[in-house]
Amino acid sequence: MELAIAHETIARWQFGITTVYHFLFVPLTISLAAVVAGLETAWVRTNKEKYFHATKFWGKLFLINIAMGVVTGIVQEFQFGMNWSDYSRFVGDVFGAPLAMEALIAFFFESTFIGLWIFGWDKLPRKIHCACIWMVALGTVLSAYFILAANSWMQHPVGYAIDPATGKAQLTDIAKVLFQNTTLTVVAHTLTAAFLTGAAFMVGISSFHLWKAKRKPETADPKRTASMRTSLRLGLVLAVVFGAGTALSGDELGKVMFEQQPMKMAAAEALWDTQAPAPFSIFAVGDVSKGHNSVELEIPGILSFLAHSDFSSAVPGINDTAAAEAAAHGGDPKDYIPSIFVTYWGFRLMIGFGMTSFLAGLIGLWTTRRKLFLRPEFRTGDTEVPRLMLTPGRELSPLLTRWSWRIGILTMGFPLIANSFGWIFTEMGRQPWAVFGLMTTASAVSPNVGVGTQIGALVTFTTLYAILAVVEVRLLVKYAKAGPVVTEQPPTKDPSLRGPSPDEDADKPLAFAY
Amino acid sequence: MQLHDVWFVLIAVLWIGYFFLEGFDFGIGILTKPLARNTTERRVLINTIGPVWDGNEVWLLTAGGATFAAFPDWYATLFSGFYIPLLVILVCLIVRGVAFEYRAKRDGARWQRNWEEAIFWTSLLPAFLWGVAFANIVRGVDIDAQKNYVGGLGDLLNPYALLGGLVTLSLFTFHGAVFAALKTVGEIRERARRAALRAGLAAAVLALVFLVWTQGHSGNGRSLVALVVAVLALVGALAANQLGREGWAFVLSGATIVAAVAMLFLALFPNVMPSTLNDGWSLTVTNAASSPYTLKLMTVVAAVFTPLVLLYQGWTYWVFRKRIGVQHIPGHAPAAPAAPLDRG
Repeated sequence: MELAIAHETIARWQFGITTVYHFLFVPLTISLAAVVAGLETAWVRTNKEKYFHATKFWGKLFLINIAMGVVTGIVQEFQFGMNWSDYSRFVGDVFGAPLAMEALIAFFFESTFIGLWIFGWDKLPRKIHCACIWMVALGTVLSAYFILAANSWMQHPVGYAIDPATGKAQLTDIAKVLFQNTTLTVVAHTLTAAFLTGAAFMVGISSFHLWKAKRKPETADPKRTASMRTSLRLGLVLAVVFGAGTALSGDELGKVMFEQQPMKMAAAEALWDTQAPAPFSIFAVGDVSKGHNSVELEIPGILSFLAHSDFSSAVPGINDTAAAEAAAHGGDPKDYIPSIFVTYWGFRLMIGFGMTSFLAGLIGLWTTRRKLFLRPEFRTGDTEVPRLMLTPGRELSPLLTRWSWRIGILTMGFPLIANSFGWIFTEMGRQPWAVFGLMTTASAVSPNVGVGTQIGALVTFTTLYAILAVVEVRLLVKYAKAGPVVTEQPPTKDPSLRGPSPDEDADKPLAFAY
Repeated sequence: MQLHDVWFVLIAVLWIGYFFLEGFDFGIGILTKPLARNTTERRVLINTIGPVWDGNEVWLLTAGGATFAAFPDWYATLFSGFYIPLLVILVCLIVRGVAFEYRAKRDGARWQRNWEEAIFWTSLLPAFLWGVAFANIVRGVDIDAQKNYVGGLGDLLNPYALLGGLVTLSLFTFHGAVFAALKTVGEIRERARRAALRAGLAAAVLALVFLVWTQGHSGNGRSLVALVVAVLALVGALAANQLGREGWAFVLSGATIVAAVAMLFLALFPNVMPSTLNDGWSLTVTNAASSPYTLKLMTVVAAVFTPLVLLYQGWTYWVFRKRIGVQHIPGHAPAAPAAPLDRG
């Protein structure tokens, strides 16, 4: 029995560490692919140098990031079989389909076209080269879609039947798996959050360069300022649009979860007893063994509104939900209560960090505006650092200006933290289930893998990932600090698919080489 | 032919595609040590696969995902049973991918040397371990009535499996050398051809012993045909390499891999993972397969997207068809006419 607990615990730690780590790279990959595609399109269409420099710059950071995303993704596909073989046997018929589709449809797209994009600068006509990065961006979105469909099935299984002979889940309707409201809402929430992540990343790095240009005008380069200014504004617009999108889709997802997994949402609020109207908790310290909170601060009625869009409906509490689950599946009600500490604080940190970036974006978008509600003498040109203006006629004080730029820089990683806590919340909140209502996490592990082997794997991955994190972050910092290489001239000649013309030098070095 | 038989063939096709493509990628990685004489030559080799290795590796992910979808029990038994070899392969693939992308991102000699060292080892180990894994699949392992592998790591390292590992290692090295000869110019091209001869002869001896051994304990009429094709293709590849017909040498070294892997799958059928404990406990195409609905759905998806993948991956090889040599490596050629566009 104790061995079984150790088995499950180690497998879960490995899954948690490798997945949260993998998901540090995923949202940046999704958003930066589209951003780079947008910037390259702007360059191809307008021929403006600042777009070319921005494409190259963000493209480089994107590549450093996607390399890690791709390789850590392989582990994800393998570890279902390695650590969770009983899970794989039980769900393979349903869960395997979106995974195989992800590989066949999305991964091939991403990986093939990224090679063409990286090495194709001097081989492909501009428009085709630009189309390649759009293909990559499409691949990343499709990939997210399929894997989220698979995850949504674990959250809310649909379109399946249990085979009476084998006791395993069998797919009966793929459309339900791909298009159920859980899938659609989660995809919307995850993708908008991914773009908020990329937006904050862009705002942070552009702020760093613009603030430096402001402080040390002698080191500033007008071309660099131009491309960073464009990037800042693009990042701010994305932060506002997708920050709002994240909030709206998150609200919708909350409503879906109140209906499909009442325990998860009760745990998110540490709402022990069913209440009508139910309050929204700001702060709570609870005691799981006693089944209530010892300290709490709440706003009345808000939770009812979040769950049902009115201020009076009842929201089921943890104790009632646990009793209902125990009645349905047997066992002690306590077994059906996830870690309240993790879900409660995970939920708050997710919202807190995510929405801070949205707010920062909103304020930044206003204070760095170009013309609107701004006296002409305070307007700045393309190659200048924008002045931070709240009102039409007065610049923010030096102290506020300094802190505004600093906040732009310091919040660049906030959505990454929010994403991590979001996943920890939603996966921990589903416990004790691996597949909600169908299979517990404890019964999902590989029965034949020894604890020693598992520990070895856990230590191996954790060590390797820690080393790679240091390497990756250092590279990112190096290239982010260096800024766009503004000495680089956009290619003057559009390459032809037929290869170089006879008058060209056959020994010309590659445009890009490993 | 029933749907699960179709899927057995499709899984075989995906693994064959993977070994054909990543076979030469691994070979190139291994050859960075014996073949290249300096950093620039190592870069020439690495850049022959630069634009394509990532796409090639997806064949593995697709093979894994398709096995999960079409034969969940095969996937579960294989991945939980061969835990440690797969863990090593995973670590290698992670480090290898990062090594390709990050090697040139800093100028320091030590930084670059470390990544080059990593590329060698992380190409060599999987090239060996895949052979070990597939030899064990064909030979059969200790699988109990619950379809779980109950043997230890030591059982996987039996002589037959180790020989299988040496076969894939030598065959991939040969395939990589032939690919290097096809994709490079200058002195390194000549050396690649000589390396191909040595690796090819080693592969020929090892593969012959291994395939005949395989034919002996689990072969049938069809697998014998594949065996003969594999041997003939290998001999042909060696001859073409000696005659300087690099295109043909590559086609034939690829054909060798195709036929050899096909032979393993033909020897395996209708099992997918035979049990050495009890014949009745073997995983077969019927008792490990998904429901007809899932198989039908995945057949449609595969029928639509596999040709598309072949088409655009093929196009990638055409775009990067030009041979490269030391003069094409940015920052190397003394008489480089223009500043490189991007050294990052």
